[in-house]
Amino acid sequence: MHPAPDLTGGALEPAPILSLHGAVKAFGAVVALAEGTIEIRPGEIHALVGENGAGKSTLVKVLAGLYHPDAGDFRVEGEAVAFRSVADSKAAGISVIYQEPTLFPDLTVAENIFIGRQPKGRLGLISRATMRKQARALFAQLGVRIDPDRVAEGLSIADQQIIEIAKAISLDARVLVMDEPTAALSGVEVERLFQVARGLREKGAGILFISHRFDEVFALCDRITVMRDGRYIATHQTSAVTVPQIVREMVGRDIAQLFPKEVAAIGAPVLQVKDLGRAGVFSDISFEVRAGEIVALAGLVGAGRTEVARAVFGIDPYDRGSVEFLGKKLRSHNPQAAIDVGMGFVPEDRRKQGLVMELSVERNAALTLRNRLARFGLINARAERRVAAEWTSRLQVKTGSPEFKVSTLSGGNQQKVVLAKWLATEPKFLIVDEPTRGIDVGTKSEVHRLLSDLAGRGIAILMISSELPEVLGMADRVLVMHEGRITAELDRADATPESIMHAATASLERTP
Amino acid sequence: MSNTVTTTPALDTSKTLAAEPRGRTGAARLLLGRDAVMIYALLAFVLYGMIAIPRFASPVTVGFLLLDVIPVLLIALPMTLIIITGEIDLSVASIAGLTSALMGVLWAAGLDIGTVLAISLLAGVAAGAFNGFLVAVVGLPSLAVTIGTLALFRGLALVVIGDNAVANFPPELTAFFTSKLGGTGIPTVMIGVVLVALFFGVLLHFTPFGRGLYALGFSKEAATFVGIKVARAKFWLYVGSGSVSALAGIYWTLRYSSARSDNASGLELTVIAAVLLGGVSIFGGKGSIPGVIAGVLLIGTINFALRLGRVSDVVLIIVTGTLLIASVVAPSVFEAIKRWQHNRRLRRSLPQVPASGETNATAPGVQERK
Amino acid sequence: MTTTPTSTPAAPEREAGGGARLLGSLLRLREVPVTLALIVLVVVTYLANPLFLGAQGVKDLLLNATIVIILAVGQALVIITRNVDLSVGSILGLVAFSTGTLFATFPGIPIIVVFLAGMALGALLGAVNGLLVTVAKVPALVITLGTLYIYRGLNNAWAGGKQYFAGDRPDAFGSLSVDTVLGFPLITLIAIVVVVVVAVYMVGTRPGRDLYAIGSDPAAAELFGIPVSRRVFLAFLTNGVLAGLAGVLYASRFNSVGATTGSGLELDVVAAAVVGGVAIFGGSGSVVGAAIGAVLLTTITSALTALRVDKFWQQAIVGALILAAIIIDRIAGLRTAKKLRVSEARDV
Repeated sequence: MHPAPDLTGGALEPAPILSLHGAVKAFGAVVALAEGTIEIRPGEIHALVGENGAGKSTLVKVLAGLYHPDAGDFRVEGEAVAFRSVADSKAAGISVIYQEPTLFPDLTVAENIFIGRQPKGRLGLISRATMRKQARALFAQLGVRIDPDRVAEGLSIADQQIIEIAKAISLDARVLVMDEPTAALSGVEVERLFQVARGLREKGAGILFISHRFDEVFALCDRITVMRDGRYIATHQTSAVTVPQIVREMVGRDIAQLFPKEVAAIGAPVLQVKDLGRAGVFSDISFEVRAGEIVALAGLVGAGRTEVARAVFGIDPYDRGSVEFLGKKLRSHNPQAAIDVGMGFVPEDRRKQGLVMELSVERNAALTLRNRLARFGLINARAERRVAAEWTSRLQVKTGSPEFKVSTLSGGNQQKVVLAKWLATEPKFLIVDEPTRGIDVGTKSEVHRLLSDLAGRGIAILMISSELPEVLGMADRVLVMHEGRITAELDRADATPESIMHAATASLERTP
Repeated sequence: MSNTVTTTPALDTSKTLAAEPRGRTGAARLLLGRDAVMIYALLAFVLYGMIAIPRFASPVTVGFLLLDVIPVLLIALPMTLIIITGEIDLSVASIAGLTSALMGVLWAAGLDIGTVLAISLLAGVAAGAFNGFLVAVVGLPSLAVTIGTLALFRGLALVVIGDNAVANFPPELTAFFTSKLGGTGIPTVMIGVVLVALFFGVLLHFTPFGRGLYALGFSKEAATFVGIKVARAKFWLYVGSGSVSALAGIYWTLRYSSARSDNASGLELTVIAAVLLGGVSIFGGKGSIPGVIAGVLLIGTINFALRLGRVSDVVLIIVTGTLLIASVVAPSVFEAIKRWQHNRRLRRSLPQVPASGETNATAPGVQERK
Repeated sequence: MTTTPTSTPAAPEREAGGGARLLGSLLRLREVPVTLALIVLVVVTYLANPLFLGAQGVKDLLLNATIVIILAVGQALVIITRNVDLSVGSILGLVAFSTGTLFATFPGIPIIVVFLAGMALGALLGAVNGLLVTVAKVPALVITLGTLYIYRGLNNAWAGGKQYFAGDRPDAFGSLSVDTVLGFPLITLIAIVVVVVVAVYMVGTRPGRDLYAIGSDPAAAELFGIPVSRRVFLAFLTNGVLAGLAGVLYASRFNSVGATTGSGLELDVVAAAVVGGVAIFGGSGSVVGAAIGAVLLTTITSALTALRVDKFWQQAIVGALILAAIIIDRIAGLRTAKKLRVSEARDV
C-alpha cells in the first residue's frame, strides 16, 4: 500500500529505536494524519518539520499513546506495539514534552518529577528527603538550579520544560519527543535546552525535535523529516539539505508564486497605534494601517504579536499609549466599542475564540450583529437568519443546514464562518490572526483571495501570520516583532525570508 | 515528491447554503427540540393523572398545584439564565428566607405594608448584587461564593428575626395571595408569575443580551471577542436572581401568612433539580425557559399526584433526586452510545479504503448526524 | 555561552537562612489562617469567660467537634480531587437511623458489628456517588445533590415518624461519648485516629498524592496516565465510609435518631473544609486543615454562648468565614499570578 520510503536519508545507521509507518488517524470525516511515518535511531536528534496543520502534533499524540491510530505499523525496538494509554507509551520508554508543559501547579517540583513513582522510605511511605535528593541530582546533571520544594505554579515555561526533561531522564526514556520546546524560550534558555538534548544524545537516547525555527533545526539535528497535509514527504541528512529545499517540501509549491495580493489603492490611515505598552508583555508599539493595505505582523510564536492585536481590539487592557481609529481615540479594554466603530477580529484559535462551537452556524454568523439586529430591544429572528444565510453563502460555507452546530464543519468551513460573522458587520478594519492555520489548501487560497479582495475594497487589514510564504505573498508592509517590540518595518519590496527571520530571531550572530 | 495538493476540501458531502432549502422551520424546531420533550412528558403525565388518579382532574388540583410550585417556578427563571452562563446560585432560598424574616420584623415594628414590601424587595436586590459583585467583579467561583452566602443570608435571617414568627399580616393581603381567578382554580398571583416568566423568556430568547448568554456559557473567550461584556452580564443576572428570590420570599410569607427565618429553606435544591430536569446543561450554554417551566410543573405535578395517592411528602424528595440524576446522566449515556456506534462504523469502514484523506471523506462523519 | 550553567531567575534556590526559610514555608501553609483564627477565638473567649476552658467546657467543645471533624476529613478528600459530596448529611442520617434500628432489633448485638455495618452502609452509599460521578462524567455537585435527596427520602420512607432514643441502645455504646481518656472523649479519640490515618495517607502514599494531582489539573492527570476515575471513586468511597462512621458515632452522642437526623449538615462540612484551607477547586489543602476548620466552626457556636452573644449570629458567621476563606485564597492566587507575569517579563 505504501511505497517504502527512503527513511535513511542516504546513510546506513543502527536499527531504529522507534519506527512508525503509514499511520492514519481520522476524527469523523476530518483526517488529521493520512500517512504518519517516522524513524528514530538511538543517539540521534531527529527534526520533524512542516507547516501548521501538517499533522505533526497528531503524530506526536500517536507516539504518546494519546491517540490510537486507525491504521499503520508502529514498532519500538523492532517489536510491534499498540499503545492503549499514555502509561503504555511511557512503559515502552517514550517521553513526550509538549509545547505547554503539563505540570501540576499545586504540587512541588520534586513531586511533579516523581508523581506516581515517588521513592519510598520507612513504613512504605513516600520519602521526601530521598525525592528531594534525587531531584537535585537530576538538576545537577542538567546543569540547572531549581528549588525542588517549591510548587510548580509560577515557574517560567523554560523551568517547566526543564522539569519535564528531568522527568523523562528519571524515567530512563529511550525516546524523547519535544513538541516545539523552544517556542516560548529566550536565547539563553534555548542554548541550555540544546546542551541538555546533546547530552542525552551522547547517552544513546533518540530525540524527536519539532520546531519552526530552521536555525535551530540545522544547528541541532542530525536528520530532518518533512510532513505536509498529514503526510510523510521525505527524510534528509541535515548536512545534505538546504533551507530552501526543506521549505519547498513543506509548502509543496514555489513560494514566489503563492498568494499574490492584487494591487489596491492605499488610502488614508484607518488605525493608528501610538506607543502602546503593557508591562511585561510588549512595549513601544507604534504603527498604522491604511485603507486598502494589508500589514503583516510577523515574528516568532511568543513575540507578542497576538497580545498587541488583543490590546488594540480591547480584549486585554494596556498600560501606556493610545489606539486611534479614523483619527478618534478608541476606548481601551472594550471590544464592543471597537466593533461599533468598525473593527473586526478573526482570532488565532478558531475553536476557543473565533466560534462558539456548540452553537449553530447561523447563530455564530449573526453573533456579531446581535445588537444591530434588535428593534426595540428584541431580535428580529428572520433578519438574523437572513443575514447569516447571506454571508455564509457569499463565503460559500459548506454545511448541511444553517442550524447544524458549527463544530460539525471542517476546519476550513469553520474559518469561513468566522470570516462571515465579521464581514457581516461591514468592517473598515480587520485583524486576522493566523487566518489559514489548520485549514486545507483549497480553502486556504480562497481565504487569501478573499483578503486580497477585501483590501481591494478599501478595508484595512492587520494580518498576523507565522507562515512566511503567507506573509510575503499577502502583505504590503511587514512589521516584525521580537520579544515584545517591533524590530523591523519592511516594505513589500524589502521583505524576504531572510530579512524577516533576521529581525524575528535577533540571532544575527548565529545565522550562517 | 510530486505535488499531491488537491483543491477539493476534505469535506464535500454537503451542498452550499445557497442551494439548500430552509432547514427546520420555526414550528418544527419548537416541536422536536429538547424543550418539547419536557412539555410532552408534562402533558403525558397530566393526561395520565386525569385518567388514572381519582380527584386529580379538578380546578382544586390546579389551584393547589400552582400555589405550591410558584416559589420554585419564580426562582427557576433567573436560575436558568445563570446556569446557561455556566455559573450557579445556591443562595436563592436563603435570600427568600432573609426577605421573609425582614418582612416579619418590619411589619411587627409597625411599618406601612407598602414600605415593608419595598424594603424587603430592595434587600433581595442588595443580596443579589453582593453575589454578583463577588462572582463577576472579584472573579470568585460562583459555587464557593454562593455556598458562603447561602449560609450568610440564612444566618442574617436568623439574626433579624431569631426563632420568632410573625403571622398577623393584613388578612386582605394574605387572602389575595391564595385567591383564585374566578372558577378556573388558577391563583390570582399567577398573573404576576406569568409576567416575570415572560420577562425572562423574552430576555433570554429574543434579545441581544440573551444571545450573548448562550455564547458566554459555551465559551467565555469567544464571547469576549464579539464584544459581550462578561462581567456586567453576570452581575445583572445575580441582581435579577436576588430580586426574584425576594419576590418568592414575599410570596411565601403571605401565602402561608408566616414570616420565619427558615422559610423556603432547602428550596435551592428543588430549583436546581427542576432547572436541570428542564433541559438546562449544568456545563452552561444549553437550555430554554419553556423547557424549564415544563420541568418545574412536571416535578410539581408528580409530587401532587403522589400526594393524592397518599405518598408521604417527605418521601417525595426521592422522586426529585432521581429525576435530577436521570436528567443529567441520560445525555452522557446517549453520548457514549453514539460515540461507540460511530467508532464501530468507522473501524468497519476503514480497512476497505486506502489510508488517504480524500477517500476517508466517505466515512460516516459527524455531518450526517442529527 | 555554551557551558554556563544558568540559574533560573524565577526560582533562586537559597540554601542559607534555613530558619527564615522554615518560617517562610510555615506562613505559606494553608492551615495557618484557620489555626490562627481558632487560637484567637479560644483566647478571646477564655479571657471573657474562663469557664469556657474548664474541664467540662473543653470536653463539650471536643464532643461537638468530633462528628464534623470526621465528615470534614472525608469531604476534604473529595474536594481535593475537584469534586464535592453534598450527600454526607443524608448518609449520616441513614446510618444513624440504621444503627438505632440494629440495636433495637438485635439487643445484645456486639458494638463492633454495629460499627462495621454502619461503615459498610456508608461505603455502599459513597460508592453509588462515586460510580455516578466517574461513569457519567457529570459534575459531582449535581450527582450528590440528587443523592442527597434520594438518601434522605429513603431515610424518611424507612423511619417515617419513628425515632430511636438513647434508652434503646446499650450503655457501653452511649458511654463512648461520655468516658474520657486523658480528658479526651473516646469518640474524639476515634476522630483523631481518623485524621492521622487519612493525613498520613494523603501525604505519604502514591495514591494520596495522585488525588492532589487530579484536583490540581484533571486533564494533565489523564495525560499523565494517573487512573483518574479509580482514584476519584476511591475518594467518594472513603468519604462514604467516614460518613458512615460519623453516623454511628452520632447515634452514640445524641439522644434521638430519626428521619431528619443530619439534614443540612453538608453545608457545615463543606464550610469546615473550605475554611480549613481546602481549595474549592481542588489540588491543595489538607485533611488536618479541614479538621481544624471543623473545630473552628463548632467552637464558634460554644464561644457565642460563652460570650453571651446572640446564638443566632452563628450561621451568619459561618457564611462570612467561608467568604473570607475564598477571598484569602483569591488574593494569594493573584499574588502568584502577578509574580509569574513579572518573572516572565524578566525572561523576555
